[in-house]
Amino acid sequence: MTTLTMAKALNEGLRRSLGDDDRVMVMGEDVGRLGGVFRVTDSLQSEFGADRVIDTPLAESGIIGTAIGLAIRGYRPVCEIQFDGFIYPAFDQIVSQLAKIRHRTDGAVSVPLTIRVPFGGGIGAVEHHSESPEAYFAQTAGLRVVSCSSADDAYSMIQDAIRSDDPVLFFEPKRRYWDKAEVDLDGVTSLGLETARVLREGTDITVVAYGPMVATALAAANEAEGTSVEVIDLRSLSPIDFDTIERSVLKTHRLVVVHEASVFLGLGAEIAARITERCFFQLEAPVLRVGGYATPYPASKLEQYFLPDVDRVLDTIERSMAVE
Amino acid sequence: MSITAPQRDLFEQVAIIDPESGELIDDEIYSPYLADIGDTDLREIYRDLVVVRRLDAEATALQRQGQLGLWAPLAGQEAAQIGSARGLRPSDFVFPSYREHGVAYVRGVDPAVVLRMWRGTTLAGWNPRDVNMMTPAIVIGPHMLFAVGYGMGILRDKTLNSAVDDIVIAYCGDGGTSQGDFSEALGFAASFRTPTVFFVQNNQYAISSPVGIQATVPIVQRAAGFGVHGIRVDGNDVLAVLAVTRHAAERARAGDGPTLIEAVTYRMGPHTTSDDPTRYRDAAELEFWRQRDPIDRLRLVLDRRGLADQEFLASVDETADRYAAEVREACIATPDPDPISLFDNVYATETALLAEERTDFADLHGLDLQGSGE
Repeated sequence: MTTLTMAKALNEGLRRSLGDDDRVMVMGEDVGRLGGVFRVTDSLQSEFGADRVIDTPLAESGIIGTAIGLAIRGYRPVCEIQFDGFIYPAFDQIVSQLAKIRHRTDGAVSVPLTIRVPFGGGIGAVEHHSESPEAYFAQTAGLRVVSCSSADDAYSMIQDAIRSDDPVLFFEPKRRYWDKAEVDLDGVTSLGLETARVLREGTDITVVAYGPMVATALAAANEAEGTSVEVIDLRSLSPIDFDTIERSVLKTHRLVVVHEASVFLGLGAEIAARITERCFFQLEAPVLRVGGYATPYPASKLEQYFLPDVDRVLDTIERSMAVE
Repeated sequence: MSITAPQRDLFEQVAIIDPESGELIDDEIYSPYLADIGDTDLREIYRDLVVVRRLDAEATALQRQGQLGLWAPLAGQEAAQIGSARGLRPSDFVFPSYREHGVAYVRGVDPAVVLRMWRGTTLAGWNPRDVNMMTPAIVIGPHMLFAVGYGMGILRDKTLNSAVDDIVIAYCGDGGTSQGDFSEALGFAASFRTPTVFFVQNNQYAISSPVGIQATVPIVQRAAGFGVHGIRVDGNDVLAVLAVTRHAAERARAGDGPTLIEAVTYRMGPHTTSDDPTRYRDAAELEFWRQRDPIDRLRLVLDRRGLADQEFLASVDETADRYAAEVREACIATPDPDPISLFDNVYATETALLAEERTDFADLHGLDLQGSGE
């Protein structure tokens, strides 16, 4: 085991994928010589060459569009979109093309593309650098959408994403890039891309979170006095592992979903609806959601009020527990 | 080896067939690309032009009779499509827009299969791997970037195997050049020097909008700003189109990078069968272009060489009629897709959600899931 930050774990995962499969390529803005603005692709270009780790022009639609062409030619590109709020120029390529090519061609053409997106707030950034756009993509059939929450999981998840024959949106919680964990660099086992993970067992209430909110949910669980909180890291945002959530809720009878994205029409809405359908008579309280407000992402001096924190999660746990 | 990139007045169109006499103009740069074109080739090219126009008319008729939901006629653009497609090798790859029925014909796509998308029995139709041609791009722009990325892949293949010399071509119209992806594609292609040919059929209209709304200078001039070589060609001169495409392909194979070809042509019919071009253009304009019909242009060459005898012309008509009849029959016989195929090929590995929906759907419609696609 090695102690690594999440950024370094992702870097090691990319290095291993590039080493394992000659068809893997990395491309994006500043990913080469600079190693990416968060250094996730650090030194990959010097190791694998400028024809495999490519600094692209500053054009997100161009990055995804050319990566689709590379994939049609037989390659497995890994694209970096530098910040969450920069992905929209590529929205058409992702939603109208990338997601649909396999279905459109009756399975004849697959597009094994991974799009890495540093996402979420909490780093005091300027506008367009703190957003959580995952729901836009989770609603599009043909895409897989995942988010890692820790260094150890990030290391295997990025490799699983690159191996997938489906396009994968890979959301990296940028404020957790510097969080450290023990990583097994020789590890061969992985949970796969579709499975949620119970990170903390509990009996009174289930809290589902993903990406940056997993650490927040765990901290809240540890501070919840007199309440036994089970915490699930969703990992896959599309598809969603409802079976794991259902098993937990059948035990705890209460559910809270936490994400940074606005509550309105966020992933929490889908989880609440599905779990209510599956567990209607076992639920002791309505499924509650904690997330961003229905506002644009605010200036950095206000983000502490926008982002869910331990207190807001605890408050919501209390509201759920209060329902008799 | 480096292929000369001749600089010409960008308003000048490359032409090979003299529109008055049918003589072949001796062009210092482009005529050599036609050195192998003999009488038999001229006749086969002519046959292609007539056949695709006949198929186009048949498809329009099928739409009028309710057999197709929609059709995008190519009439007027036969030379641009047949000439460019014949300038490629089977191993080259094609990214078409939605009007390239003539290109598909040259690539060997069964014309009846082309109609399936327009009938609504599939979103696309053929297997791109069989013919090295992607299925139609319905929104224009994104596929221009695919052709650049595909070209980046060719370059990488070349580093592993120097014998690789494929090229890739992407088609769009004058309207498509206004899309941001078109500009991004030219920029990426120039930066990475990809073996990509951008083939723009300037057919004068994007639905109702004349080309002047898209560009106030010849479209070919856009190439220079990106560092891409540009050629403007008479798109109704099939031999000129063939020559410039071969030239651009040769440059791409030699490592000299991308070329933008602007083929100046005219869409003689409507944008699609849902369109009414009398609302935005007058009869005189149409007549002007009728005088420049691409089939008549090549016919001049055949006549001058005594190649258009009655026997040959009858055989061309026979081929065209036979194809049209076959396509009509196959189109009408095309069954609707299996309803459960709705759920096929969304993912490489089906998700639990889709499996659940597939099962519910089968229950709802009383279908047996045995033997379904996945």
